[in-house]
Amino acid sequence: MPITIEHLTHTYGEDTTLAVKALDDITLTIPDGQFVGIIGHTGSGKSTLVQHLNGLLKGSSGHIIFDGQDIYAKDYSLKELRRKVGLVFQYPEHQLFEIDVFSDVCFGPKNLGLSEAEIKERATAALEAVSMPKELYNQSPFDLSGGQKRRAAIAGVLAMNPKVLILDEPTAGLDPQGRQEILDLIKKLQTESKMTILLVSHSMEDVAEYVDRILVMNHGRVAFDGTPKEVFAHYKELEEMGLACPQVTYVMHDLKERGLPVDVSATTVEEAKQSILHALSLA
Amino acid sequence: MLKDITIGQYYQAQSLIHRLDPRVKIGGTLLYVITLFFYKNFIGYGLAILFLALVIRLSKVPFKFMVKGMKSILFLLMITVLFNLFLTPGTPVVTFWKLKITQEGTELAVSMALRLSLLVIGSSLMTLTTTPNNLTDGMEKMMGFLKIFKVPVHEVAMMMSIALRFIPILMEETDKIMKAQMARGADFESGNLIARAKAMVPLLVPLFVSAFRRANDLAMAMEARCYRGGEGRTKMKPLKYHKRDFLAYFLLLFFVVASIWAGRLKLPMLMVGVA
Repeated sequence: MPITIEHLTHTYGEDTTLAVKALDDITLTIPDGQFVGIIGHTGSGKSTLVQHLNGLLKGSSGHIIFDGQDIYAKDYSLKELRRKVGLVFQYPEHQLFEIDVFSDVCFGPKNLGLSEAEIKERATAALEAVSMPKELYNQSPFDLSGGQKRRAAIAGVLAMNPKVLILDEPTAGLDPQGRQEILDLIKKLQTESKMTILLVSHSMEDVAEYVDRILVMNHGRVAFDGTPKEVFAHYKELEEMGLACPQVTYVMHDLKERGLPVDVSATTVEEAKQSILHALSLA
Repeated sequence: MLKDITIGQYYQAQSLIHRLDPRVKIGGTLLYVITLFFYKNFIGYGLAILFLALVIRLSKVPFKFMVKGMKSILFLLMITVLFNLFLTPGTPVVTFWKLKITQEGTELAVSMALRLSLLVIGSSLMTLTTTPNNLTDGMEKMMGFLKIFKVPVHEVAMMMSIALRFIPILMEETDKIMKAQMARGADFESGNLIARAKAMVPLLVPLFVSAFRRANDLAMAMEARCYRGGEGRTKMKPLKYHKRDFLAYFLLLFFVVASIWAGRLKLPMLMVGVA
């Protein structure tokens, strides 16, 4: 179910003195099964963009075509769209409300009007997908640790069985281990269930390893769009936008400047290591 | 939907009204509201409308914002008008079935509707042109005399400013949680009353949790900066009267006296009454 965005513009506070153009003529296509990282500085419009994709925000102008249908068409069911496009908000644990983890994850499927048995089945599957320990199913969600809460909240969205999963800063405020766990979980979801995944982040480091494609947002526009290697080649411009490339990019550029013939487009530590070893063996 | 609430909202602009001392605006609003209750004829209301229009013009706040504020009391307004229209005894004008519209009822309904609208627009103009901080500063200063009676004026003012300050934050939070639950298929807009009340649970529980968390954090942050109440606390920007403030007081007083005098002349409320 490919998503096509055509000339999408969104202005906050349109009739006030504080009108802000959050999105400015965005046009792009996201094919099935792609793992896309959306990167941008605070206020660059990345969160606004993803909230359009499941119809929570409506663009001031422009169109979004999901699976061949215009979601702004009169008879289009936004409820149906929200079932297919799961959105995990920033700090999703703030949306937990039920008395125990299991019922909270059931909330989504319950809203879809499924049978009792199916609801339970989906909730169990979702909790297993985020590797939530069984003994926590009946705990109050407020008693869990930060990382566990977040995984419970992600399970709540996964239980809707979305075809497209959007995660807005899923690693914000987590310790390095929690971060790794969440990112590995997302990668697993993409490879195993073939979901299209959009990962919003302000950290290049987070996404470089995992995604197929990076969209860099700046002042409500798409500044760069390409594979991590292509995007990181613009590391000077990215820096001007207040974004940092992965540290290996800097190391590799520095090494090259000092005369070591390494491949500057390496994006992960592993790639960098191979390239450096190779360059050294040549010397 | 939540963006429609304008009560307690501040509209950023550069205007004479914005620059006035908050004490003038609070006192002025209070006087204006009291004045509204003295009118007995249409001239009084006419003058009040004129005065309000002038102040709105000076404040540079678009009229749209006033209308938005009215939306929230529309229901109350309708009930008031209907009750007064049908339940006031007097000389009937129109009768159908068991319902009578009386001359007195019409007059009362019109004056009530005018009074309520002018009241809401006037007071929302105050909050639209005064930052919450300024507002509570003004209040604190004006209520200072209560300290003699051991009323914790500063504490009350601080609580108020915190409460006001949190309105937009909580609204944003509500919006966010609503969106998050809608992304999970929650439906806040359809169904009967019970279904809708039930639908609020996934919204209210996280909202309360986050309000408590924020309150806790704020208390901690204030204590970390040695906040210990009003005793001996100084202000970075103490309130001071300027020339324009005295002028505003004078004009206001003039308006109050003139409109009450005119508003109590023995004239009918409605022109139709004359015929």
